Amino acid sequence: METNTAILLTVLLPTLASVSNIVLRNQENLRDGVTFAAAVATFLCVLQILANVGNTTSETLVLFEVLPGLDLAFQVEPLGLLFAIIASGLWILTHVYGVGYMRGNKESHHARFFSCFSLAIASVMGIAFAANMFTLFLFYEVLTLSTYPLVAHKGTPEAIRGARTYLGILIGTSIGLQLIAVIWTYAIAGTLDFTRGGILEGKIAGPMVAVLLALYAFGIGKAALMPFHRWLPAAMVAPTPVSALLHAVAVVKAGVFTMLKVGIYIFGIDFLAETGASVWLMWLAAFSIVAASVVAMTKDNLKARLAYSTVSQLSYITLGMALATSMGALGGGMHIAMHAMGKITLFMCAGSIYVATHKTNISQMTGLGRIMPITFGAFLIGALSIIGLPPMGGSWSKWLLVMGAADTGQWVMIAVLMVSSLLNVAYLLPLVGRGFFLKGADIPDNAQMAEAPWMVWLPPAVTAFGCVVLFFFAGDIQTFLSPIVLPR
Amino acid sequence: MSLTEQLPVLQVLVPFMAAPLIVFLGSRGLAWILAFGTSAAAFVIAALLLGQVLDGSVISYHIGGWAPPLGIEYRIDAANAFVLLLVSGISAIVLPYARESVASEIPRRHHTLFYACYMLCLTGLLGVVATGDAFNVFVFLEISSLSTYVLIAQGSHRDKRALTAAYDYLIMGTIGATFFVIGLGMLYMATGTLNMADLADRIADQGANRTVVAAFGFIIVGMGLKAALYPLHLWLPNAYTYAPSVVTSFLAATATKVAIYVLLRFMFSVFQPTFLFEGNTLEFLIIPLAVLAMFAASVIAIFQTDMKRLLAYSSIAQIGYMLLGIGMLSQTGLTAAIVHLFNHGITKAALFMGVGALVFRAGGSFFDRIQGMGKTMPWTSAAIVLGGLSLIGVPGTAGFVSKWYLVQGALEKGWWPVAVLIVASSLLAVIYVWHIVETLYLKTPAKDIAVGEVPNSMLIPIWIMALACIYFGLATDITLGAAQAAAKGLLAGSSGMLH
Repeated sequence: METNTAILLTVLLPTLASVSNIVLRNQENLRDGVTFAAAVATFLCVLQILANVGNTTSETLVLFEVLPGLDLAFQVEPLGLLFAIIASGLWILTHVYGVGYMRGNKESHHARFFSCFSLAIASVMGIAFAANMFTLFLFYEVLTLSTYPLVAHKGTPEAIRGARTYLGILIGTSIGLQLIAVIWTYAIAGTLDFTRGGILEGKIAGPMVAVLLALYAFGIGKAALMPFHRWLPAAMVAPTPVSALLHAVAVVKAGVFTMLKVGIYIFGIDFLAETGASVWLMWLAAFSIVAASVVAMTKDNLKARLAYSTVSQLSYITLGMALATSMGALGGGMHIAMHAMGKITLFMCAGSIYVATHKTNISQMTGLGRIMPITFGAFLIGALSIIGLPPMGGSWSKWLLVMGAADTGQWVMIAVLMVSSLLNVAYLLPLVGRGFFLKGADIPDNAQMAEAPWMVWLPPAVTAFGCVVLFFFAGDIQTFLSPIVLPR
Repeated sequence: MSLTEQLPVLQVLVPFMAAPLIVFLGSRGLAWILAFGTSAAAFVIAALLLGQVLDGSVISYHIGGWAPPLGIEYRIDAANAFVLLLVSGISAIVLPYARESVASEIPRRHHTLFYACYMLCLTGLLGVVATGDAFNVFVFLEISSLSTYVLIAQGSHRDKRALTAAYDYLIMGTIGATFFVIGLGMLYMATGTLNMADLADRIADQGANRTVVAAFGFIIVGMGLKAALYPLHLWLPNAYTYAPSVVTSFLAATATKVAIYVLLRFMFSVFQPTFLFEGNTLEFLIIPLAVLAMFAASVIAIFQTDMKRLLAYSSIAQIGYMLLGIGMLSQTGLTAAIVHLFNHGITKAALFMGVGALVFRAGGSFFDRIQGMGKTMPWTSAAIVLGGLSLIGVPGTAGFVSKWYLVQGALEKGWWPVAVLIVASSLLAVIYVWHIVETLYLKTPAKDIAVGEVPNSMLIPIWIMALACIYFGLATDITLGAAQAAAKGLLAGSSGMLH
């Protein structure tokens, strides 16, 4: 299959799945089956694109010329391809998990739920393959809008309030700041195409570079850089499959992915390094990393704790970009994959515990490891990967980030990364200990295994395994990503 | 003379003849068929005209063969052909929708007269746009205004307050028209001509004397009233809220846009861009008022509890965007204004038709009547959401294109604060649009409401408009091409008139 056809399919198939969910709203097995097929087909298309890399010279695929010089266009590029592989691959697992969760938990409005879910995946594919900032911005907004119903899903006052915060911050930052940044970029550079080495060099100078970067950094609200991180904990009112895929993988990763794209292809790493425009961003990211970790420690609700952990981990990627070295950018890119795999495991475990026992707070989960060994085992592996210990994938991205910091002589940043790892240990591992080694009051000594249905416990087990696998393939990922930091 | 050469006059003549014919035939069924056929014909004519002038050329048509400046001249260039297309297009799409909507809101015995008035209103709007004669503008303006008062008053069968709304508009509209005609009188006194191109020449020759300046003031205020230029907008919210849904949909998308067009024509073609520039009219009058409209009206919209009234205030805010574009006095700004004129027209048509469909089932547009309708009327509600997104200016919708140009225009001028204000007021739009979305989807429906979608004859036009909001957000060849050509012609001043 031609690369361009495959790209179109990756956007179209989830969109069609979204429509089919509405059309087949009353036949739940057929409906969920069709979506599963679409998820697998989307993943295969992405793999096809991967297989084509290097074989054929792919041209930019232009769909519309919306404004003169501004196209709705797609293109393959390593970072985006990596993002697409993760998102589409994890969609398959999350869909299985989601079906199990929604049925096991007797949630309502399945058709609407899976329809919006598929649409969100379609927009993620659009973001991943966007050839210019305009296309990316378009799908970025579609992603916000399509996930809003998912956050408001339960329809309770709490969900509605959470969804308002979600939409308010994400739309507010994207229209209020990012759009201005995009138009400004277009006005001075005359193009928005993602170009190796950036498009701004020589077009803008002095403190204005830092101002433009600030408009982007805060405008990309999905990257949850403090102080615009409030939407992420607010979005945790959504059902757990949403939190798992969208708020550990698709939405937040779309944010940091955009951040990397802007740093690498709009500004250019070298340009950032020359002007020093990103130094403040580096410090802000470091602050975000530590502060969010500290907040995470205070949360007893498991999903809230994971949400703040995500805020912290996302800033690793922002930090990688702000370091303005090729190691840092590579580390940031790789961390997208590593963190996705680890965090989705943790979220799916949280959901699995909820389906099996309806417990949401860590203090109630004492002794649960004995009756849910698979879930807690997977949680342990995911947590180790987030912490960054071998043999889990997360260790490599953290390694590259530390190397990047060392390259620039930013010793404080190395210290921040190390402190953050310790904080991760402090807020993630106690749950595992509490689950396995403490004895729960309401759990008899001779309790049998009482896992959630297989559709709920299998996917986190698979992603936990994935965390280990990624450890051994980190070198390949690094080689694959390395073209992004080549000079123009 | 071939038929093609007669197109400019046919554009106005066809609906003009349809109106008395409808009354003469006196049949309800035929009335609708005639009205729809006429609108469709007008749309085809407008499309043909636009095709002829898109390259920047000008069609000059002499009524009755009398040469201007003595005879009346119709002049079609890119600017007005584009507006003609909008007006006739909206009319052709609103009419299929009208059949059921009018049947439910207006007693049967008034139907023929309703359609006749509608045709007169269409005639007036098209005439204002097509003509190249200043006094002729006034005549057609009155034709459209008088028929509009009648059309709005028809809402009294649903809500008696439509009568006071129509009366208010009658008073305000007449004041506006009076100011306009006083301005024209002064121009005639100073120059001795009423043909726009001729006026432009003579004003340029004699320079700005006090009479001409006063005339300019009267014309701007008069037309500003018709365009609901803030703070001359007071007639608009009630008129839009209480008029029958069909009338609101049609007027919101066309009437104020036509007034904006006349403003543009007088400011740029009859008077000169240099005249405006020297008078500082734009910087000190239009821009502050535009910004005020964007914010004040948006904030008021946020606090509305009636969806029609909310949309009406949003219209006042959006007119602010257009005036802002005009005030930039640059190619980009003017393009933004003209393209927004079109994009906002289709967006508001989609939204007002959507709310009309809700009224069709719920019997009112208050939020406590229409809440939870997302469940019972999924198609209508989805179309409303699409329209709302375009109103906000989400990328991929028509509203985004105009907002992009507007911000770009502000940045080109180095007006940073203005650029920030534009996006800030878009965020206000997010709030009021989301007010609608939450009402439709996250509340439980009122008990006594008839369940079910509206008939397809209403749903399809709504969706044509909603999809147009998306289409013109992606494929912008037609809209931007026409707007750019129009802006270029207008900025050339009177030399644009003299081809």
